[in-house]
Amino acid sequence: MSDKTQPSAGQRFLDRLKARDAVRGAEPTWIAARRQAAAARFEAIGFPDKRVEQWKYTDVRRIRDGEFALADDADFSPAQAAALTLPIEAVRLSFVDGVFAPELSDTGALPAGASVEPLTRALSDNHEAVGAVLGRLTGVEFSPFAALNTAFAEEGAIIRLAPGTVVETPILLQFLSRAGEQPVMSHPRVLIQAGARSQATVLEHYVGEPAAANFTNVVAEAVLERGALLTHYTLQESPLDDLLVRSLQVEQGRDSRFTSFTVNLGGALVRNDLVADLNAQGAEANYYGLFFAQGRQHVDNHTLVNHNAPLTFSNENYKGVLGDRARGVFNGKVVVKRDSQKIEAHQSNANLLLSDRAEIDTKPELEIYADDVKCSHGATTGQLDEDAVFALRTRGIDEQTARGLLTLAFAGEVMEQVGLDAVAERVELTVAGKLPERFNLGGLVEAALLDEQAFEEVPGHDRND
Amino acid sequence: MLEVKDLHVSVDGKEILKGLSLTVNAGEVHAIMGPNGAGKSTLSSVIAGKDGYEVTAGSITFEGRDVLEMEIEDRARAGLLLGFQYPVEIPGVKNIYLLKAALNAQRAARGEGEVPAPEFMKRVKEKLAFMKMDPSFLQRAVNEGFSGGEKKRNEILQMLVLEPRLAMLDEIDSGLDIDALKVVAEGVNSLRSEERAVLMVTHYQRLLDYIVPDKVHVLLDGRIVKSGDKDLALELESRGYEWVQEESAA
Repeated sequence: MSDKTQPSAGQRFLDRLKARDAVRGAEPTWIAARRQAAAARFEAIGFPDKRVEQWKYTDVRRIRDGEFALADDADFSPAQAAALTLPIEAVRLSFVDGVFAPELSDTGALPAGASVEPLTRALSDNHEAVGAVLGRLTGVEFSPFAALNTAFAEEGAIIRLAPGTVVETPILLQFLSRAGEQPVMSHPRVLIQAGARSQATVLEHYVGEPAAANFTNVVAEAVLERGALLTHYTLQESPLDDLLVRSLQVEQGRDSRFTSFTVNLGGALVRNDLVADLNAQGAEANYYGLFFAQGRQHVDNHTLVNHNAPLTFSNENYKGVLGDRARGVFNGKVVVKRDSQKIEAHQSNANLLLSDRAEIDTKPELEIYADDVKCSHGATTGQLDEDAVFALRTRGIDEQTARGLLTLAFAGEVMEQVGLDAVAERVELTVAGKLPERFNLGGLVEAALLDEQAFEEVPGHDRND
Repeated sequence: MLEVKDLHVSVDGKEILKGLSLTVNAGEVHAIMGPNGAGKSTLSSVIAGKDGYEVTAGSITFEGRDVLEMEIEDRARAGLLLGFQYPVEIPGVKNIYLLKAALNAQRAARGEGEVPAPEFMKRVKEKLAFMKMDPSFLQRAVNEGFSGGEKKRNEILQMLVLEPRLAMLDEIDSGLDIDALKVVAEGVNSLRSEERAVLMVTHYQRLLDYIVPDKVHVLLDGRIVKSGDKDLALELESRGYEWVQEESAA
């Protein structure tokens, strides 16, 4: 294939950056210096192509060759935002095409010791405090997209939890994507600083108008001090033409526990990178993932766990469902450093292909430099069990519903781990609704959820499950 | 109710049923007995619509409808239900989902709306109690990790909830201890009525002590070669199948 843009690949982005630099107001020196360094890095490496191992299965030309403007307002109809918003009680920051939307945000319910702020405000309050941490985990060398993000980033969310602070209400970061005349790009930053023994649940939600075709390039970092407990959800219900590249890097101190749910249900091209560094004993990372792609969607999940200390634990379970001509990538790497003895690392990836033309590339990688470790990994790919389809049909359930039920069941193992009921139900309903419309399980799932309530309300019976 | 006429069925080009005829009327319980390989399971599989069975001649009608022209799910919705010899494990699909979806499919076929949740739960709870099953079964995945006896009970539970017009039971007694057999038999007996019929396929006479059939048929080499009442089963138990074979060859 001829590739006339190759010599100047990424030039369009650099031009856009230059134009932006010209109109942007004065910034602290460190920010300007980082932008420059990031731009230089990006200019030097450009967008990755298939020769780069990390990007072997994911073609980013749709991003590279796109013409993306930067949004300059956050206008969004409140009614429509409400329809897209997850129905949960949450501390909320909303971003429209990357721009902070104060009227769609509400941080009133936070306890003392917790702060959830847009990056712009955190910088104007005390930019040095932000600068000391931001970018420490994810540098510009992490990936061309991290460099691009660092060069452009102006918006995002800073979440800070003082030692011992427990935030019961989930913290929702909502990224709304608008349909407009020209596609836009945004480069949000997320920083979570969880102090010792603090606890919180953070949820990134990507959603938007169905006709949107924007590029969102997120860099998120989380620091968990000793004993901190962080549950992190990423729910990606991006419009089907949206492009989403996202990384989350986590640094964990002693006895901290990080649990991640990466749920992908949308987007034309999605790449998630998840990295945890387990730096002290007792640190534990749990990665759960579910991706469900149809049409020509492409979803790539790259995960990495670094066992940098003895007595650290990781557990990973990703499930993929691919229909039509969708393509999935799962790359799960576990590195056990020298002298990281008595660690445990388990990893599993199971995929379901609903069509002959769907494709998955799955690759577990273990690098172990210690000898007293417990590690396991497994990857399976298969089709629906035709005997089960038949068995369901012999009970009067039509074939499409039977296939839908079995598909939902496949995803269920990961869904069971989801602690936020509203999220679990939303995902379950979305997965059901996202199946080709003939599957139409929405009603059934909804009804079954009601049944469970009714079941619990029937007096005099002993439920022992 | 069910009329099987001169049915010829092949599997992988090999003829298994060679002109089987059978009539089951409403209110009757039939038992089909025969040695291994006679074609007992083939008959129920063909009626239920399993893949891989080629009907080369003959017909099956159920209440006047041509069964072989019906989709698998439509057979069930019309009231033709198969209880499997080896019930399939369906990980992740809760029993309650299965029962609800199946019942609503049946109702939709009759032009009725979805079953209201309280009515559904009441019905399911009653049937569970009757089958001596713990309510926690409902929240478990269909047959996953069930013992052989639990699987068979679950088949009957589905029948009790779905109330088929014709229940076909394929070796429903296999793998059951005597207590489980009694519970399963009580379940089947509770289905008996003037409007319904039961067609059992079995190896052993033992089952027929608990579910007493109106008619007993001997299936040998793809054909029903002898029919009688419950005494025929006892005779088969004591004398085996050879005499029937000789008699039919004569």
